[in-house]
Amino acid sequence: MSKSYLDAGETHCAIGHPKTVFWQWMLTVDHKRIGIMYAAVMFVFFFIAVFTALAMRIELFAPGSQFLDGDTFNQAFTLHGVLMIFLFIIPGIPAIFGNIVMPLMIGAKDVSFPRLNWFTFWLYIFGCLVALTSLFNFNITEGEILFNFADTGWTFYAPYSLNTGTNVVTTLVAAFILGMASILTGLNFLVTIHRLRAPGMGFFQMPLFVWGIYATAWIQLLATPVVGITLILAVMEKYFGIGIFDPSKGGDPVLFQHLFWIYSHPAVYLMILPAFGIMSEIMPVFSRREIFGYRTIALSSASIAGIGYLVWGHHLFTSGMSDVAKTIFSFLTFFVAIPTGIKFYDWIATMYKGKIILDSPMLWALGTIITFAIGGLTGVTIAMVGSDIHLQDTYYSVAHFHYAILGGVVFLLFAGLHYWFPLVTGKLYNEPKAKVAFYLNFVGINLLWFPMFIAGYLGMPRRYFDYLPEFEIYHQISGIGAVVIISGLLLMFQNFLSSWKSGEASPLNPWNATTLEWYTPSSPPPLENHTKVPYVDFGPYEYHYGQPKVKFDLQTMKRID
Amino acid sequence: MSDHPYVPEIATDREGNEYEVQGWQGDFFGGKLGFWLFMLTEIMMFGAMFMVLTYYFTLHHDDFINASSSLNRTLGGFNTVVLLISALTMGLGLLKMRYGDVKGAKLMIWATILLAIVFLGVKAVEWTAEYNHGVFLGLPALQGGLPESKPFGEIIFFGMYFTMTGLHGFHIIVGIGLMLWLLKRINANQVNREHYILYFNIVLYWDLVHLIWVFVFPYYYMIGAGLSTGGH
Repeated sequence: MSKSYLDAGETHCAIGHPKTVFWQWMLTVDHKRIGIMYAAVMFVFFFIAVFTALAMRIELFAPGSQFLDGDTFNQAFTLHGVLMIFLFIIPGIPAIFGNIVMPLMIGAKDVSFPRLNWFTFWLYIFGCLVALTSLFNFNITEGEILFNFADTGWTFYAPYSLNTGTNVVTTLVAAFILGMASILTGLNFLVTIHRLRAPGMGFFQMPLFVWGIYATAWIQLLATPVVGITLILAVMEKYFGIGIFDPSKGGDPVLFQHLFWIYSHPAVYLMILPAFGIMSEIMPVFSRREIFGYRTIALSSASIAGIGYLVWGHHLFTSGMSDVAKTIFSFLTFFVAIPTGIKFYDWIATMYKGKIILDSPMLWALGTIITFAIGGLTGVTIAMVGSDIHLQDTYYSVAHFHYAILGGVVFLLFAGLHYWFPLVTGKLYNEPKAKVAFYLNFVGINLLWFPMFIAGYLGMPRRYFDYLPEFEIYHQISGIGAVVIISGLLLMFQNFLSSWKSGEASPLNPWNATTLEWYTPSSPPPLENHTKVPYVDFGPYEYHYGQPKVKFDLQTMKRID
Repeated sequence: MSDHPYVPEIATDREGNEYEVQGWQGDFFGGKLGFWLFMLTEIMMFGAMFMVLTYYFTLHHDDFINASSSLNRTLGGFNTVVLLISALTMGLGLLKMRYGDVKGAKLMIWATILLAIVFLGVKAVEWTAEYNHGVFLGLPALQGGLPESKPFGEIIFFGMYFTMTGLHGFHIIVGIGLMLWLLKRINANQVNREHYILYFNIVLYWDLVHLIWVFVFPYYYMIGAGLSTGGH
């Protein structure tokens, strides 16, 4: 039995050669181990945020105040948003699967700058700590210590956020540090993809997940620096009274919104693009068929990244913008739907006449086609200026956002977790349990968020802790959905953890996949991945009568088909 | 990490042709590409600040001109020249290193450090003069709503001025630190004629630092040049 990267001592370290397993993990530069550590930290934050959301849903089960007052409610949705957006979903897929799978897919031994990768992980942890401390803040006035908690929502709109006692400046520092980690990850991946592809592998022989990571990395690199500037300007405002964003001092509060969304809107595409990459991996493997329209999927990732950079203004339709600007932003936003639509038709066409195997990764992917279609198309309705004036800041946009991000990004993240679980751990999870968990999640998401579309359309505003009696029924269905989805999530993670501990050992290529990450000599893979770097003279998804066309001798990495 | 010398792997295709595999070790172009991309993020950061500046320039046009006219163009111009010369010395040093003239390269780095310190000194003189005129972050003239406050536009102008020149000065200080580190690496023979990627990237960094100043100077000092001469 050869050694895998999870065995003690099987790692390169950033500093020295530590003897203990603990320090071997803390100092590791191995991309696979770093990816696992990211996953562990992120899912802790994910569950904290999930249970905060559950608390809000229980509060909203009946009109009036149950056990949270209005201020606590404001703090709860701020915590939920900040954790989910900045600590979990923005770094999520690139940090976890970009690290674990991307170098394997292109036949590299590691990323281009392994030490930088290690540093980036700890920068991320530091950023998380700053973000958490910034949410708590202490105001000392006249000898009395007032304790309060940020209540601005995750968008921190000025001037309110700069005038209250909340620590928006510290939060922006955290966003800057996390952004720095994000930039360095993106930079590392870009250089890796440009430089370390196996010989023979051109850009159009790369698996589509790598294309997704590539487009994402560009957004990380180009959009994130703007957060840094917003931070510095906010410091000027808060501590030096310069009045960049305060209209009573000659500033412009809408400018803050522009700067915020110049980063945060591309961040949405930064979440979804690698998720689409996962979808493009799963579709051909579980249809046993070459992917339809490889080039269009690859290039649509790039064009979503490009157009997505220019649409931030659609968050400001009700904040004061010229009509010309509104129209332009509205049209540009429609354009994003085109490459996204191309991808969806390509995936559906891939399944046509394929041999579809309904294992749990495929179920998650198929579920996403439905939920993301709802999330994406409702996005087009609120991209229209006229309907957006009515629907902005209602439950409609909350439902749209959660359908797109939970039903798109997180569902595909889970699909990826199931798909690559055997690769990462060398174990198989319990398939029936995984299927039950999927159906609970799928029913849950629709119960939880579909009523919000109706409530929002009828005028239920978001971020309120109380509501008129006629909205009660929608909130109660949502509450039931929340319980269903959380039981699904708990079941899924219980399944993962118990299978990792005592699951059945996985064969080398359990899904009959065609991409390089499955052709490692052991499961899980050894420290420096493939035994030898293969020469790539084949496409990423070549199937012949339902079987992978390309076969390797795993010791010499020579083709034997 | 492994201390063994790195030997690139060979991949073989089906016809038996051999291809050298690019590893992450000793990847000169990878290091270069990575640093170029990092420079791109710096450009995005300063670019966003210039955008904010331009926006407020259209909003408070006259205030910006007035505020700009009170800056000291002689010192600012002098600093521009100093920085341009330092970019020259930095680049010459790299050329000398590539031709194997280690001593000359080190001399050029010291010259660059000296010029950078001159730049910071002049900057300090300027800021002190402005402080003595009551124009500095946190002083009453730059707080809105007080009797001695300057007009809104001038407050924003000076706020942005101190922010951007301060951030630029911070980059200069980081640059000096990087150059001292580089000297240490050259003395340890870890940067030499064959392996100069670190040197190359620090030169690139210094080029960006002077490039930003080339834009800062006209945007802050020159827009009010028509109104008055001199300054504080």
